[in-house]
Amino acid sequence: MDLTIKQPHLFDPANGVDEIGDLHIKDGRVVTNSSASSEKEIDARGLYLLPGLVDIHSHFREPGMEDAETLETGSMAALKGGYTAVAVMPNTNPPIDNEGVAKFIKEKSEEIGLCRVFPIGTITKGRKGKELSEMIHLYEAGCVGFSDDGNCVEDSSVMRNALEYSQLFDVPIIDHPEDTTLSRNGQMNEGVVSTELGFKGIPDVSESSMVARDILLSRFTKGRLHLAHISTEDSVHYLKDWKTDRITAEVTPHHLLLTEDEVKTFDTNTKMKPPLRKKSDLEVLQKALKEGIIDAVATDHAPHPDYMKEQEYTIAPFGVIGLETAFSVLYTNLVISGKLSLAQLVKSMSFQPARILNLPFGEVRDGGIADFTLIDLDGEWKVDPSNFASKSKNSSFIGWELKGIVTYTIVNGNLTFREGEFLKS
Amino acid sequence: MNPNRKDLLGIQDLSKEEIGEILTTAESMEEILKRPIKKAPTLRGITIANLFFEPSTRTLNSFALAEKRLSADSINLSASSSSVLKGETLLDTAKNIEAMEVDIIVIRHSTPGAPHFLANRLDASVVNAGDGCHEHPTQALLDLMTIKKKFSKIKDLEVAIIGDIKHSRVARSLILGLNKMGAKVTVCGPPTLIPQWMDPFESKVEYNFEEVLKGKNILYLLRIQKERQKESFLPSIREYIKSYCLTYEKLKKFASPDVVIMHPGPINRGVEIESRVADSEYSLILNQVITGVAIRMSILYLLSKRKIDGFND
Repeated sequence: MDLTIKQPHLFDPANGVDEIGDLHIKDGRVVTNSSASSEKEIDARGLYLLPGLVDIHSHFREPGMEDAETLETGSMAALKGGYTAVAVMPNTNPPIDNEGVAKFIKEKSEEIGLCRVFPIGTITKGRKGKELSEMIHLYEAGCVGFSDDGNCVEDSSVMRNALEYSQLFDVPIIDHPEDTTLSRNGQMNEGVVSTELGFKGIPDVSESSMVARDILLSRFTKGRLHLAHISTEDSVHYLKDWKTDRITAEVTPHHLLLTEDEVKTFDTNTKMKPPLRKKSDLEVLQKALKEGIIDAVATDHAPHPDYMKEQEYTIAPFGVIGLETAFSVLYTNLVISGKLSLAQLVKSMSFQPARILNLPFGEVRDGGIADFTLIDLDGEWKVDPSNFASKSKNSSFIGWELKGIVTYTIVNGNLTFREGEFLKS
Repeated sequence: MNPNRKDLLGIQDLSKEEIGEILTTAESMEEILKRPIKKAPTLRGITIANLFFEPSTRTLNSFALAEKRLSADSINLSASSSSVLKGETLLDTAKNIEAMEVDIIVIRHSTPGAPHFLANRLDASVVNAGDGCHEHPTQALLDLMTIKKKFSKIKDLEVAIIGDIKHSRVARSLILGLNKMGAKVTVCGPPTLIPQWMDPFESKVEYNFEEVLKGKNILYLLRIQKERQKESFLPSIREYIKSYCLTYEKLKKFASPDVVIMHPGPINRGVEIESRVADSEYSLILNQVITGVAIRMSILYLLSKRKIDGFND
């Protein structure tokens, strides 16, 4: 045996595992009924062992914007938040629209040896929405999905072709649903608060109308569609009524927990796309996650350096980081408060996102891949930007008091994070 | 005014009592303006920087004059001459100014919340001279003072605000001020220029111009910007004029005989207001201008009071 984890609370909602017991790992896989002694042991009494969390929507900024994040600091942030696999969006510079950049990301993260990083290729060349990217090349270079993230594919013919062409490999087309003719120059949700503050608004219909279009195109083409960061009540309604087994959707922790009222502070860590919406949207999103209408939680981890966020609201870039806080903010505010079960939360953060990207993670079972997170669910901590592993500090949850501390993160059977310390494999 | 108040950022966070004190103080400031020698030593030794990132004639000059009348030392910085063009951030610009021991920063900026952003990060007092479409508190205060002088009260007056409500910081601050002082507000304009969500601003909405003229004490007209046509809020300025320009004929036909006309300026003659109306005995437009200087003197004095009082002790 390589590693034995002694007496954690094994918890895997996908396989109905919910019991205390030892877990043995050999060659990166789970092995049961072993009598051989292990080289290494972790005393995990009092800790929950969950499948390693999987994020299908992060920005690690490398190549091109390394002052915001790098593959290394992003990987550290992931491990600290309990994530063992992260899919990174292609809005790098240059974008992941060719196999060179895709391979660079894969190979460099393997060299770093902290967490698994999967590139998402662009849908169109240069994320310009005009010509399809060379998807076969990108797929063969390791891309697990396609997205022009940040840019919606507004040309419906291009979107149709993407949904058809990608059926060669059955990976999802991930759209950022936004009709920019409606949201142009918008800074925050359009509504009571934008009226009060005098900001140009981003109306919810700018998202919902594109969600409706995307769903209709997926139904028409039978293409696999994944909708990024759903934020409005109407988007959920269209999903509820028209979803097929070819369609999935994600929601972020900030859209589940924060509303447009936060913008009244003019804190630019309340500025993101889609914007924070109304309380009624938030309640619908929470319910949709519980009911499985929304399949996965995704962080949309979007690092920006301080000097860019410490600016006028209209100049500061959109986006907040999320990998290090996602599990704990949701566990504290949705699970402990009884709005969501721990099983629902864990499944939506591991098994479900893994399945969307056809990745074999998110389970604790015999022979399964040994990617795990050990969490002290009663551990308390306060979100302090000076403690972030991420290179950027732009979190919407600064100062929040949370429960749930990630104690160990195990990737492919190797301990890569131990009580605040990173261990390269 | 709240003795701990460092900044004047908006009407939103002013109490009715604070508004009352600003107006009363402005009345005594107005006396100074009517003296043969229009200067008082009140703010001697106080340094004020006027930081204007948007073009402004009226407000900038009004502040500059208020500062001179009270003997403050002041400097003007406009976006075209500042280091902003060289890529310096707003915060760095403001911190550099503060490093020169400036006591008050008066800022106009196109981003809502830019004054609040600075106020939270600087020891200097910050006065909002207009932030995007958010607030223009000194304009609202001078309007309230103009109204109070004319009617000897504000409570229960019927006020119609007409024009581009959606993009107007003047309308936002004024409605909040009128709400706090107990006046009744109706807003009027084409539906594209009135926000869909008026909840934060207690008011009636009336699209019909002729209806809105009836029974009001005050008709407050807003400037219509030509760009609204390009952004497809209006089919044409011609069509706006047809429906919403206050002509002498409509004024006589629909409005009360003792109505007054106000406008924050600069006026577009022939667009929202006919020349004959602007120049008529109904108009308080030039009264607003002189009141503006007094209001700004009042605010600068009240914000400096802590420092001056501390110095005298």
